[in-house]
Amino acid sequence: MAGSTDGRFPSPFEVPTPPGCEGWEDLYPYYYLFSPERREFEEGKFWFQDGMHHPEPLYPFDTITSESWWVALGQYNTRVFIVPPALGIDQRVLNGYLYISANAITDEAVVGARVAHFLERAGYYYQHWNELYEKWVKKAEAVIRDLQALQVPDLPEMEDISVVTEGKGITNAYYLLEAYNRVIENMHKIWHYHFEFLNLGYAAYLTYFGFCKKAFPDIPDQTVAKMVSGIDVILFRPDEELKRLARAAVDLGVAGVFKKTIQPDEVMAEMQKSDAGKKWLAELEKSKDPWFYFSTGTGFYHLHRSWIDDMMVPCLSIRGYIEKIEAGQDIARPLSAIQKERDRLAAEYTALLSTEEDKKAFQEQLGLARTVFPYIENHNFYVEHWHHTIFWNKMREFGRLFVKYGFFKEVDDLFYLHRFEVTEALYDLIASWGVGTPARGPKYWPPLVEKRKALFVKLKAWAPPPALGEPPEVVTEPFTIMLWGITTDSIKNWMKPQPKEGEAKELSGFAGSPGVVEGLARVITSVEQLREVQAGEVLVCPITTPSWAPVFPRIKATVTDIGGMMSHAAIVCREYGLPAVIGTGYGTKLIKTGQKLRVDGNSGTVTLLN
Amino acid sequence: MAALRDGMMRHAPLISPMTPTGEPYVLWFRDCDKSCLSRVGGKNASLGEMTHAGIRVPPGFAVTTAAYRDFLEQASLGPEIKKIMDRLDREDIEATQQASLTIRQMMAAADILPQIEDAIRSAYQKLCADCRVPDLPVAVRSSATAEDLPGASFAGQQDTTLWVCSAGSVVIRTAVCWSSLFTPRAIAYRNQMGFPHEKVLISVGVQKMANARSAGVMFTLNPTNGDRSKIAIDANWGLGESVVSGEVTPDNYLVDKVTFDIIKRTISPKLVEYVPDPAARRVQFCDVPLERQDIPCLSDEEIVALAQLGKGIEQHYGAPQDIEWAIDRDLPVPENIVVLQSRPETTWSNRAPTPVAKPNANALDYVVASLLTGVRARKDET
Repeated sequence: MAGSTDGRFPSPFEVPTPPGCEGWEDLYPYYYLFSPERREFEEGKFWFQDGMHHPEPLYPFDTITSESWWVALGQYNTRVFIVPPALGIDQRVLNGYLYISANAITDEAVVGARVAHFLERAGYYYQHWNELYEKWVKKAEAVIRDLQALQVPDLPEMEDISVVTEGKGITNAYYLLEAYNRVIENMHKIWHYHFEFLNLGYAAYLTYFGFCKKAFPDIPDQTVAKMVSGIDVILFRPDEELKRLARAAVDLGVAGVFKKTIQPDEVMAEMQKSDAGKKWLAELEKSKDPWFYFSTGTGFYHLHRSWIDDMMVPCLSIRGYIEKIEAGQDIARPLSAIQKERDRLAAEYTALLSTEEDKKAFQEQLGLARTVFPYIENHNFYVEHWHHTIFWNKMREFGRLFVKYGFFKEVDDLFYLHRFEVTEALYDLIASWGVGTPARGPKYWPPLVEKRKALFVKLKAWAPPPALGEPPEVVTEPFTIMLWGITTDSIKNWMKPQPKEGEAKELSGFAGSPGVVEGLARVITSVEQLREVQAGEVLVCPITTPSWAPVFPRIKATVTDIGGMMSHAAIVCREYGLPAVIGTGYGTKLIKTGQKLRVDGNSGTVTLLN
Repeated sequence: MAALRDGMMRHAPLISPMTPTGEPYVLWFRDCDKSCLSRVGGKNASLGEMTHAGIRVPPGFAVTTAAYRDFLEQASLGPEIKKIMDRLDREDIEATQQASLTIRQMMAAADILPQIEDAIRSAYQKLCADCRVPDLPVAVRSSATAEDLPGASFAGQQDTTLWVCSAGSVVIRTAVCWSSLFTPRAIAYRNQMGFPHEKVLISVGVQKMANARSAGVMFTLNPTNGDRSKIAIDANWGLGESVVSGEVTPDNYLVDKVTFDIIKRTISPKLVEYVPDPAARRVQFCDVPLERQDIPCLSDEEIVALAQLGKGIEQHYGAPQDIEWAIDRDLPVPENIVVLQSRPETTWSNRAPTPVAKPNANALDYVVASLLTGVRARKDET
């Protein structure tokens, strides 16, 4: 994280290739790279590393998520809603890391001309939000069902007789290509839906947020958020299912199983031994679809596995809930209390405004924020969790086919190929199948994949600069501010030298959720480590995702590297009443497990006490 | 403080010696409300209001304006004072100081009517009995009739004596309060405003002192920007006089009035404090020991309890308040918090509110404006 001293970050063309990473460019399509042909344009822009969504180097295949939102986010601003001061967010890859750059419109005449279109188009969406959102849910579910139903055919030694007797005229070579193309199209489609409402939703929420900050200058972010919380978002549903299963285990008298083990295989085997256990397994099945299609990461990388793939997190959580139930605690989410408090806050703040116009404006904006909020929360479940869980596994079906035909050694080797390369490999495969001669793939891909794996280890070890190029004097592009929390001030912060390990005494971030506690740190950088978390510890992690919620009943506070006031960690902590400091930048690097911390969720500071 | 309230409940109606016209020389705070303003002044009337509203106010009584008026009359001081004032060259600072000295000496030398002195003495003794403390320490403060005199702060209301511990001393300090009407500053102010000196009346408040560990002032809005959703608290160790007078940079807390979150805390080095010296029967102005200088003088629990109290007082009066308070060192939270005074906040409350809403804007207009915030900010900078 080399800072900058002369008011600018390095040019993308000045950043050296890390030793041993030569040829990294071959992993990505030509249009995704900084290039001499566009140098003047690219050097004229300010780029920052998207650590929020893509903190790790992009696996070639996984660029499908970033490439999907590249188009989807941009087009809704540029071509659909005509957002006055903003086009899309541009993307490039450098040494494997994703850099993004907002296309702000700064010509006021152009901005002005776009306003009328925006009022008409965005206005329509805001006015018809609920009915359009109902339609959206149906559309999203249809895309997910299509994906789930997609068959990945094998290539038979001999085509079925029906091809002849029914005069089909088409073979599995075609169906295999078709299946792959459908999966890719399906991915693009769900990302179009992902951004159908998101930019408008955030804009409305942030407008309400800005009004609150102006009317009540020092109002804490979490209070602003609390006034729209308590709406029954489905993001909490998976956790609710775990509570239900914990209660079922207690009621059926099989809770003891979780005391013996939380290893998923052992739990399932143990449950099979009794009738009560079988009944519990039947309850488990009811919860799985779709609520266990819940990623333990952001869902942006193929490595982010879901509960359905690995039941460790749910089992850990069910055990925690069983302990609470047996200790006589109420584990129900206090929804009505949250709603009551939300209404009290809204009524009291309204009363504190001095004019009727202010009261009316506040009520209207709060109303709009509450209208858009369920979408802001829920789209994640549909797209990144439910859909992507199926998507990555669908790609693994192709991976298995390639392993069978000797193209890859391991199923997940597929993710070291870009999706266009997968198309090439598939063609190689069906051609050899059709012709009856050996494919080149089995000789071509394994050494290449090995090389890329070694390259990836080196790319991961490299620390990307937080930004490239000359920062704008003032950040004007609203989505940079809204979605990434990047402001003129945060860019200035990047320029400061990073504190070194052992030197830092205090870290600061967003005050995500109020309260002050002291406790021992547990630094977690991957979901596999979640089982190490002990009751009463402070969770220190890069970013939390909703599926980590099960660990929240066990911990005292949360500190994350990345995120803003709307991040999931903040939302979940507020719900659980745990202090949270969000977006400290370097928490996982500077804090060690076992270190004593004071987490002040009121001021957004973490103090390292030893 | 519960004990104090009980004490007040058991307190039998006091038949105070009266003027020939039937006006009492002494009124208990609990018998005062805003209708008594002309007799007990703004400060005492407000203490009465709060006592009625169930707010923890240390008990005490007002020496009414009738006592002051009859004192002047009996000593025939009125015409003398008028003569001196009429002769005074208003521009002459030295002459004003001399006039002040002369009048104050005259007042100090004059006898107080026995009925007035008896009224004050018996009220003080009753207060000692109610609080079950012989020689109860009290504060003696002037309380101006602000309705008659718009610039009340210059009429002598600043006069306060702390830790007064005997009936005789209370009588003497009452007379000093009366004569504070004739400080050079008060004289000059009335001259400037063209207000006749003989028409000015003053009441005096006698109030049980809190054994203050910490004290200060509280605004039920943010005094820096007028935000009504916040409560601002300034606090120092010891009695609140150090904060009121500006002799220290106090600790400063900003509390949300709706959620009671403590939003900001600024802990300042607190170098001096006023503390009672019971042996010497007075208040000492002394250095704060090093180990207490840089630590907060209020606990979070006290900050929140104070803010809750402030919100309640504002609701009672229906307007933002400027409140003096103290934390009694002998009692647990929240009974340890007492209110010494509350008056309307004037700086922001008298201003027209700055609207946040844009005229005739709908929700969508706000969204557009919000998206353009950055563009506007850039324009402002260039």
